[in-house]
Amino acid sequence: MWKIHFILLFSRQGKLRLQKWYTTLPDKEKKKIIREIVQIILSRNQKTSSFVDWKDLKLVYKRYASLYFCCAIEDQDNELLTLEVVHRYVELLDRYFGNVCELDIIFNFEKAYFILDEFIIGGEVQETSKRSAVKAIEDSDMLQETVEEYMNKPAF
Amino acid sequence: MPAPIRLRELIRTIRTARTQAEEREMIQKECAAIRSSFREEDNTYRCRNVAKLLYMHMLGYPAHFGQLECLKLIASQKFTDKRIGYLGAMLLLDERQDVHLLMTNCIKNDLNHSTQYVQGLALCTLGCMGSSEMCRDLAGEVEKLLKTSNSYLRKKAALCAVHVIRKVPELMEMFLPATKNLLNEKNHGVLHTSVVLLTEMCERSPDMLAHFRKNEKLVPQLVRILKNLIMSGYSPEHDVSGISDPFLQVRILRLLRILGRNDDDSSEAMNDILAQVATNTETSKNVGNAILYETVLTIMDIKSESGLRVLAINILGRFLLNNDKNIRYVALTSLLKTVQTDHNAVQRHRSTIVDCLKDLDVSIKRRAMELSFALVNGNNVRGMMKELLYFLDSCEPEFKADCASGIFLAAEKYAPSKRWHIDTIMRVLTTAGSYVRDDAVPNLIQLITNSVEMHAYTVQRLYKAILGDYSQQPLVQVASWCIGEYGDLLVSGQCEEEEPIQVTEDEVLDILESVLISNMSASVTRGYALTAIMKLSTRFTCTVNRIKKVVSIYGSSIDVELQQRAVEYNALFKKYDHMRPALLERMPVMEKVTTNGPTEIVQTNGETEPAVLETKPPPSGLQPASQANDLLDLLGGSDITPVIPTAPTSKPASAGGELLDLLGDLNLTGSPVSAPAPQIAQPPFLLDGLPSQPLFNDIAAGIPSITAYNKNGLKIDFTFERSNTNPSVTVITIQASNSTELDMTDFVFQAAVPKTFQLQLLSPSSSVIPAFNSGTITQVIKVLNPQKQQLRMRIKLTYNHKGSAMQDLAEVNNFPPQSWQ
Repeated sequence: MWKIHFILLFSRQGKLRLQKWYTTLPDKEKKKIIREIVQIILSRNQKTSSFVDWKDLKLVYKRYASLYFCCAIEDQDNELLTLEVVHRYVELLDRYFGNVCELDIIFNFEKAYFILDEFIIGGEVQETSKRSAVKAIEDSDMLQETVEEYMNKPAF
Repeated sequence: MPAPIRLRELIRTIRTARTQAEEREMIQKECAAIRSSFREEDNTYRCRNVAKLLYMHMLGYPAHFGQLECLKLIASQKFTDKRIGYLGAMLLLDERQDVHLLMTNCIKNDLNHSTQYVQGLALCTLGCMGSSEMCRDLAGEVEKLLKTSNSYLRKKAALCAVHVIRKVPELMEMFLPATKNLLNEKNHGVLHTSVVLLTEMCERSPDMLAHFRKNEKLVPQLVRILKNLIMSGYSPEHDVSGISDPFLQVRILRLLRILGRNDDDSSEAMNDILAQVATNTETSKNVGNAILYETVLTIMDIKSESGLRVLAINILGRFLLNNDKNIRYVALTSLLKTVQTDHNAVQRHRSTIVDCLKDLDVSIKRRAMELSFALVNGNNVRGMMKELLYFLDSCEPEFKADCASGIFLAAEKYAPSKRWHIDTIMRVLTTAGSYVRDDAVPNLIQLITNSVEMHAYTVQRLYKAILGDYSQQPLVQVASWCIGEYGDLLVSGQCEEEEPIQVTEDEVLDILESVLISNMSASVTRGYALTAIMKLSTRFTCTVNRIKKVVSIYGSSIDVELQQRAVEYNALFKKYDHMRPALLERMPVMEKVTTNGPTEIVQTNGETEPAVLETKPPPSGLQPASQANDLLDLLGGSDITPVIPTAPTSKPASAGGELLDLLGDLNLTGSPVSAPAPQIAQPPFLLDGLPSQPLFNDIAAGIPSITAYNKNGLKIDFTFERSNTNPSVTVITIQASNSTELDMTDFVFQAAVPKTFQLQLLSPSSSVIPAFNSGTITQVIKVLNPQKQQLRMRIKLTYNHKGSAMQDLAEVNNFPPQSWQ
């Protein structure tokens, strides 16, 4: 089987900025895993590869400015391609936010999730065109009601 | 009631908190506000409140009280609500909460919504976290959407179907009809997700796999799509550094791999495109290498022709030399996968792999270590062990246990001499003594017991090792045991391998007592030490009283195990003193449990190793006989002598030291010589003391090879080498190959030569001859022919093939004259 098990975004101080899980785990377990992985990756130096063996998975990580992007993939998955997946996500964020930085993701975390969900479903890539993915988000944004519309629409 | 604060406002506020306590206070205040808002069933601000809750959840605070609210948002008509509601469901809910099932109906409705972005939300949520029950209920809807012409929905439905299949494999069948035209799409999103879906189905069900191969002709379709991707011009939408849609390319290559596995026709149909991708892909950026990597994996896994395999291994070889660590990492991973099947090809990269042991990256080091162990064989063992011992010295603690075990294993298989073997063990014990696994101690003791002629040397080295430092438990345990067993050799200074040290009985007891007293010693170790002291009572002459005293002290030890031992030993001194010598006698040689090659009869280590030794070393004339009888029985010939060289007079220099004089001390007439020493002498034969580089640098050129045996698909070729400096020695390398369709396993090659010759057989490269001539077993035979008689040989082959045990005898008479004249 090939799929992404989870994706984590965290700062250089270890603060979590996004967590997407494609497997079912108790909250406590997730917290433990996050702590462990953040510690492992933050202690890696420049001279190491982007891959870490962790339990029966592989962690693929890359730092973009002040944010670490970390993907957990199956042991037999293609690590080099996963680096491309991570890069593509960053490009999508960049295209949407325009010169994206960590603050954008902090203040608009829900958008970061929406963009991710247009790129990946169930741990698999769903769209390989940068243009299409971002367009879908922008169109969805347009669908969001204005304050008046929101107030005037019935709830259910 | 004032409007609840906005999401971004809250984020800004929380970020101003200077301490964790301050943050917690803010959060608690806000949570309370949100809770009461939820209680009031406020529809207007529910969305805003849930969004804030999700932010606080990310900071690590509990948010379960928002779960039901997410469901209400999902059920809302407003798109804004649905967006946050579904996000909240994915973050806060999963199948372990019963509450999640309440989503099912909403999702069902939304899957049929008039707005595709709402349908998209539902598909995404179902595809990420749908439970088995939800999947069962909604599979029909997903299947419908899989057939829609709307590519935005189709691609999501495909991945949703993948998730459904993963959760409820029995539902796979129902998606089959919808897959019919999936690959005719132009839309890359649909293509990609379709390939993922097809991959999932083919991997899970051999029937599906067969169906897609035969009926759907999937392979030609995929080849066509891949070709278009490679040949097509620049497409800005899907381009990554000059490569068109690498994600799709890789997924297609992966599906091809599954289709081509174990299937000749499919493999053939994809041969050209694989070669094309392998040679034309740009390698300057990571993206190109990602595709090449996948291509290599595919080539190695399908039934590719040898030219293609060579291409693949060469790509891996180039990867190994790449500056990019990531590339080196994947190269090592792939080579590890292929080292068994393409062993020789991987051997060519051995020195680069060994260099990777020095890499700073832990994962690269680990893979390099595993690969290095896989590549050790009889020819390179000395050089490789040197590198691996150096690695053991300097590597991180997490590696030491595995490395030590690996070295022990490799040493046992390929040790060129007993002395080297013992030295290697000593080196490991002193370097990484505390990381050695517990089961290594009994194995090592067994090994040492069986190396009878090395006892004095071993005990001396062990004694010296723990004299300086007795904190490493496995080392101390082995040392204690040996000192207890061979203490008499130690004090009598009988060591021949190196300068014997002067040691008194008291000094030996001093060190053992120190071990007993030390806080660093584990209970088990103390047990070893106490028993060792007891054993010395029959081996030492002047210190028996001291030993009695020590033993009696421990009769009141707090440690129950020690106490019991001491009490029993005490009793041995008092009531059963007449039995003491017999009970504490020298240990007999133990039966070897593990063998990795033909150790029973024909020698692998260049040493004579009798199958059974009596307690007292027998006169040397007897020693070869036990083996000789076995081999004679096998071969039935009377003029054929067995393989084992006879026991010559043993002198200190001859016991496997740096002897380059190959024939020194060897009795050339081949008849047994009675040796005065009680030890079983080991012949200073060809391999001892020789460097691990190619053995013959001055090879007499051009001796033609022969096919010694060719029957039932098993072919054995002999190639010859002779040294100009020693014309009596001929080195024969046998290569066994297998042209049938099934592997030959447990292959054992045995040989016997006429009386005037002597033969030495080294370890084979493996015991499996793979089918279809895809690999060989090599083994080296050294023949000593001082009388330059015509070389004849009888060979016996045993192996397992097609489930039955095979055996054959043959005579080899067609040796070319240049090999013996």
